Formats: sequence, structure tokens, C-alpha cells
Amino acid sequence: MAVTYKLIDKVILSANQASVTFSSIPSTYTDLSISASIRTTQANVYGSMKLQLNGSSLSYTSREITGDGASATSTSRTIVDNGLFTGNADGASATTNTFSNANIYIPNYLSSNNKSLSIDTVMENNATEAYAYMITGLWSNTSAVTSVTFAWSASNLLSGSSFYLYGISKS
Amino acid sequence: MAATYEPIATQTLGSATGSVTFSSIPSTYTDLILIFNGGADGSGINICARFNSDTGTNYSTTRLMGNGTTATSDRVTSGSMIYGTVLSNATLNSNAIFQINNYSNTTTYKTCLIRTNATEVRLSATVSLWRNTAAISTIVLSPEFTGNFTSGSTFTLYGIKAA
Repeated sequence: MAVTYKLIDKVILSANQASVTFSSIPSTYTDLSISASIRTTQANVYGSMKLQLNGSSLSYTSREITGDGASATSTSRTIVDNGLFTGNADGASATTNTFSNANIYIPNYLSSNNKSLSIDTVMENNATEAYAYMITGLWSNTSAVTSVTFAWSASNLLSGSSFYLYGISKS
Repeated sequence: MAATYEPIATQTLGSATGSVTFSSIPSTYTDLILIFNGGADGSGINICARFNSDTGTNYSTTRLMGNGTTATSDRVTSGSMIYGTVLSNATLNSNAIFQINNYSNTTTYKTCLIRTNATEVRLSATVSLWRNTAAISTIVLSPEFTGNFTSGSTFTLYGIKAA
């Protein structure tokens, strides 16, 4: 059978910038998978990352499990800074050269149903503040996903951050 | 990984269905990934699975779950199936990702990782054990083997080769 886990696009930042968008995502796959390595210029240890589908700022909900090294908690959210919360990313005060990782899976991104997402994120830091996230996200919109945008609300994504978009086909 | 991720079989439900079976799974891969997107017709129903149609009490499961308010963990030993967590009720708003490593070896018991995502209800990470050394050739999925998957639910099984 055909190999069906294919790189659609990648972005590796050579300069700080406010957001990264994968646009014109082809309609030839079944699912999407995104691997991201992110650090920001925020003057803090961390801050929340957001994701937008098709540039929409509406109709996102999520629930998450967060581990901080001492306990596990669960939180539900609606829209965070005009997008879907995908976990915290390292800021300028985090351990040098440390980037957060995020894996995002979007099944049936072309379907005419709402889109459910699976998100796993780690924000590591060789100090007291570090977090691991498991997140379930829902975009209550029946449009096919044609673009995905990552942004950091308070500042820029740091040079060296990387984003890889893969397409997975069931046939 | 990208060079060896291949679809084995896929199913889309045209009506509410109690169970979905992937049989005659070839032993030519190293690991299996199963992607579910859909729901169950009823509230509070977990997505579950059995291997090789074994209905005996040969499974154990440990779950970490969050419902948006609290994080909890539970465990089932000597169960008759493995458990993800609760699916969305009569919508297609949930998904689950099963990862079964080294499924075709005939030496070790089989373990399975499951991430279940139902934003309206809860999410979970699960590790399960099937106490059997047989190669996995059949996977049966069901909402606890008592309920129905919602019409329109999709299931796709992928094989991954190490070489």
C-alpha cells in the first residue's frame, strides 16, 4: 500500500515573528498531525500558546490535564485569546536553549462535522515551573480545515522555533 | 516513521453499530496505530477494545483522566476488555488514538496506549495490558460491548514498520 504519512510543509523561524500559519492545506489527506518546537520572547518563564483553524477566533472549547511536578489538575476552557489553548510555551526567563514541544492531531479535518483535536504539550524548565499538558480540543465548526495558525499572544515566537505539518491518508 | 506508516483498513459507520472489528491484521508491521473519530449513543460510555476476540478476564487498565474540574486515576485488573474513557454522546465530537507496540511478537504480553479526547466530557491517557503472548491479529472496538457507536464514526488502522 501507499505510504501515507507525508510532510506537507515546515516552518523553521530564522527571525522572531508574531505567528506561523500553514495555509492552503491540501484536501488530499484524512488526518493532520503537527509537531512543533516553540520558545517565545515573552519576558516570563512561560505563557499560553493558542491555535486558530481557518483564522477563526470563535467556537473553541477544551479540557486539559496539567502536571506541574507536584500534582495533576484538570481545567476546562473556552476561547483563549481568540483561539484554542494548546499549552504553555517557554518564555525568555526559562532555561536557556529550552523549547516547548507540542504534538497536535486532527482527525477527519475535511469532514462536515465539528473538529476534535488531541494535543500533548510539554514546557520544560530547569527550575520550579515546568508543565506537561494533555488537552482535548473541539472546534464547533463544520468547515474543512484549510489553515492552521500558531501564535503567542503577548510577544513573538523565538527564532529557531519549528513547525512541521504532516498529512495522513487512509487510502 | 514517515516512510513506513501505511493504512491497513478503514471503516465508516453508516448506522449505529455495537462493535467494529479489524481482523486478519498482517504481522508484517512493528507497531499499530488506530484512529477513532466519532461518539457513542449514550452518556458515560467508555470506548473499549479486545484483542483476538478474547472475552476472558485477561486485561488490565490504568487511566489518568480529567473532566475539566479534577484529575483522577483509576485502575481495573482482571477485566474483560481494555478501557479508554467516555465518548461524546450521540455526536462525532470525540476521538481516540490507540498505539499498540510490538503487536506481532509471540514472546511478550501486549501493551496498549490510548489517548481519548471528548471535549464535552473528559479526556484520558490509558495504559493497558493483555496477558497473552499471541500476535494480535484481530481488534474489536466497542462502547463497553453494551452500547453503540454513533453513525458516522470512523475507524482507521495503520501499520508502522521499523525497517
